[in-house]
Amino acid sequence: MSTKLSQLIWGLLFGVVFGFLLQKGGVASFDVIIGQLLLKDFTVVKIMLSAVAVGTIGIHLMKGFGWVQIKPKTGSWGRNAAGGLLFGIGFALLGYCPGTIAAALGNGWLDALAGGLPGILIGSGMLAAFYPKLKARIFHLGDYGDLTLPRLLKVNDWLVIAPLIAVIAVIFWLLERAGL
Amino acid sequence: MNGLTEIRWSPYIVGCAIGVLSWFTLLVSRHTLGCSTSFARSAGMIERLFRGRKVEQKAYYREYKPVVDWQWMLVIGMIIGAFIAAKSSGDFALRWIPDTWASVHGGNIPVRLLAALAGGVCLGFGSRWADGCTSGHGISGAMQLAVSSWISALCFFIGGIATAFLLYRVIA
Repeated sequence: MSTKLSQLIWGLLFGVVFGFLLQKGGVASFDVIIGQLLLKDFTVVKIMLSAVAVGTIGIHLMKGFGWVQIKPKTGSWGRNAAGGLLFGIGFALLGYCPGTIAAALGNGWLDALAGGLPGILIGSGMLAAFYPKLKARIFHLGDYGDLTLPRLLKVNDWLVIAPLIAVIAVIFWLLERAGL
Repeated sequence: MNGLTEIRWSPYIVGCAIGVLSWFTLLVSRHTLGCSTSFARSAGMIERLFRGRKVEQKAYYREYKPVVDWQWMLVIGMIIGAFIAAKSSGDFALRWIPDTWASVHGGNIPVRLLAALAGGVCLGFGSRWADGCTSGHGISGAMQLAVSSWISALCFFIGGIATAFLLYRVIA
């Protein structure tokens, strides 16, 4: 079996696990996602920050052992802030994001199938059409390349990771104490 | 607790498991979890059906080729995985309108579909503009401590919270 084909199969298998977890976590549900955006239900934040905490430690340990390379995405204010805010509007209107809509499809949500999915495809195609103009005029504004928080603060990775984990732990403690 | 047939697992357990999953995707496949690029590739594949191979010459599709790749298979896998999870707990059902939507905006199916379509367009456009989504930036990029990803993730939620309050608190 070629490496290419075996990697496609790995992708599929990892996807099955990811989708399974998202559905069990409740984020295939519009109500849970909108509950998060209305600050009533913190399931989404709990899942994301737990994943980030565990993931950060693991991938930086593996990087330290020389097992993996980490290639942070490049970006700019023009790209991430403007695009991020637009994404947010769509996130609230649709009630799913590109990952959770896949889980919602598997869960049988027809608004995801007949409304959200064609919408995302149209929106992605529109961005592809506008890409040369946006790239020339907006994407370079406030460019910071592949900067990471440790390089921004000029410290060792672990001097960012340790406080980050502590902050996440405090957020979880506060959420549980508030009964959220 | 946390049997396979339970409808909901603890968000902390699910989150930690996704964290562990991301170790293995990086180690085994040299990829991080992400979804939105696959929708862009699919849009290119659909456009190619109508306009032929010249679509591949577009600047965007030269960078993000309209082909089936690792992440595209990941997204297909996610649909299957969520289906298995939903079936395992009896939570699977074909439904048109989520409760929260119905309670505020009513049970009209075309209205919900139109909003979902408009939301999807914003989401597709915005995710490709920002070069990532809630998983690619919000989970994978955040754990790589990328400045681009932390700014994106914060903006996803700022835009999302503002719009949700407008839709469910101010207008309603």
